[in-house]
Amino acid sequence: MAEATLNAKESKEKAEAPPYQGPRQSTAMITAAVVVAWLVPGGGHFLMKRWGRGALLLVSVAAMFVLGVLMEGKIYHANTGDLLDMLGFVGDVGAGGLYFVSRLMGIGRGAIELATADYGTKYIIVSGLLNFMCIVDAYHVAIGKKP
Amino acid sequence: MTLTLSHFSAALIFALFASIVFGITQRNTAREMLRYGAYCFVLFVGGVFAGGWLMWLLRH
Repeated sequence: MAEATLNAKESKEKAEAPPYQGPRQSTAMITAAVVVAWLVPGGGHFLMKRWGRGALLLVSVAAMFVLGVLMEGKIYHANTGDLLDMLGFVGDVGAGGLYFVSRLMGIGRGAIELATADYGTKYIIVSGLLNFMCIVDAYHVAIGKKP
Repeated sequence: MTLTLSHFSAALIFALFASIVFGITQRNTAREMLRYGAYCFVLFVGGVFAGGWLMWLLRH
């Protein structure tokens, strides 16, 4: 009973608390955070000295991308063909630097005879999509919306 | 070198990394991040088991 009252009080306090508003970085810094966050997963967080969060994001996104490549997943090129191929490219390019390096190295051709290659393709796309979330998070930190 | 994972282990690794990113990006404090990350992981893995049993029921 007492615990329930305490939880209700905590929820009420949380609901009434104003949204966090920290210091806003300069426009140049905000732009740099977004671009660096795209090119290097977690890079935007490193730029704003959120070392722990940046490291965890870097490891998570990079590990998913590398595991996808090791599973012989396909890396999509820019295309105007099938809708799913275009969306695959949008997901892949979210990984930023990892995408460009793998394209330069000519890896990620995809092995259709392997069942795991399909998992790999999804891993690569999702790592790019997760990096989009990291970019938005870095932006929120830069504008002071998030600690 | 080709990495060959089972569907289950691939789903677990996927759940782990996705949960870490969800936790960090969707919450503000370290404690909330940890809790939300764990919550997402449980939902991902629970979804795998639920989907697995659903497919088993459809098959039988």
